[in-house]
Amino acid sequence: MNGVPLAWYLTLSVILFSLGAAGFLIRRSLLTMLMCVELMLNAVNLSFVAFAYRLQQVDGHIFAFFVMVIAAAEAAVGLAIVLALFRYRAAVEADEVGMLRL
Amino acid sequence: MDAILFLVFAFIAVACGINVVLQRHPINSALSLIGVMGSLAVLYLLLGGEFIAAAQIIVYAGAVMVLFLFVIMLLNAGRERTQTVPWVVRLLGPPALILFVSALGVIAYRLLPYRDLVRFGGFTRGGAADVGRPLLTTYVLPFEVTTVAILVAIVGAVLLARKEGGE
Repeated sequence: MNGVPLAWYLTLSVILFSLGAAGFLIRRSLLTMLMCVELMLNAVNLSFVAFAYRLQQVDGHIFAFFVMVIAAAEAAVGLAIVLALFRYRAAVEADEVGMLRL
Repeated sequence: MDAILFLVFAFIAVACGINVVLQRHPINSALSLIGVMGSLAVLYLLLGGEFIAAAQIIVYAGAVMVLFLFVIMLLNAGRERTQTVPWVVRLLGPPALILFVSALGVIAYRLLPYRDLVRFGGFTRGGAADVGRPLLTTYVLPFEVTTVAILVAIVGAVLLARKEGGE
């Protein structure tokens, strides 16, 4: 039973994080931008779990769990803000909300 | 077997990740993101994280993405209207991305010897009991702070999404 080098997992994590960062920068839809943030958080979680394997400690899993919980809270608040923006400004794209006041 | 599973699900994750970024319609991005999360859950299982894999499916692929899909359908969000990527971004973006990925990849390969192999079953302390015990002893303070953060997030979300003036 041969295994997989740990560096492969970290490389996958790097690729997914970069995709998320690139998507956050080039997409204009607020919803897609939030989804790209989730993609970046998932990539970081993968590296946490990979390092937990390497160090044979469960702490990495706990950090990944905290990231997951905070990501859920972040998604709820972010989507509520998108909803409020849609209600007041009919805006679903980042270019339409350049002003701070409603 | 490990390598085959890793490569298959890593390929699915990267393909879905590219799809998340390139799709114009938010629904397509959201469904691709569910694919990324599902394949990452399989990779967590390969790394011995049973609890975290289950939480990934339940919290991320379940709760968070249902929330996203719900908001997309509520807003009736269509394709992106404006797609004005400045020429600076078009010119410098892809090289910067490739440079960033290769730099971090090289660091990963330098820091970690190639013989550091991940085998299925090499880490057996990722079950719910093994994660839950330190969560409620060593990490009890961050855990409680997280519950307060969740409460604040719920109250904030309700306050923000509430109809103005309606009692």
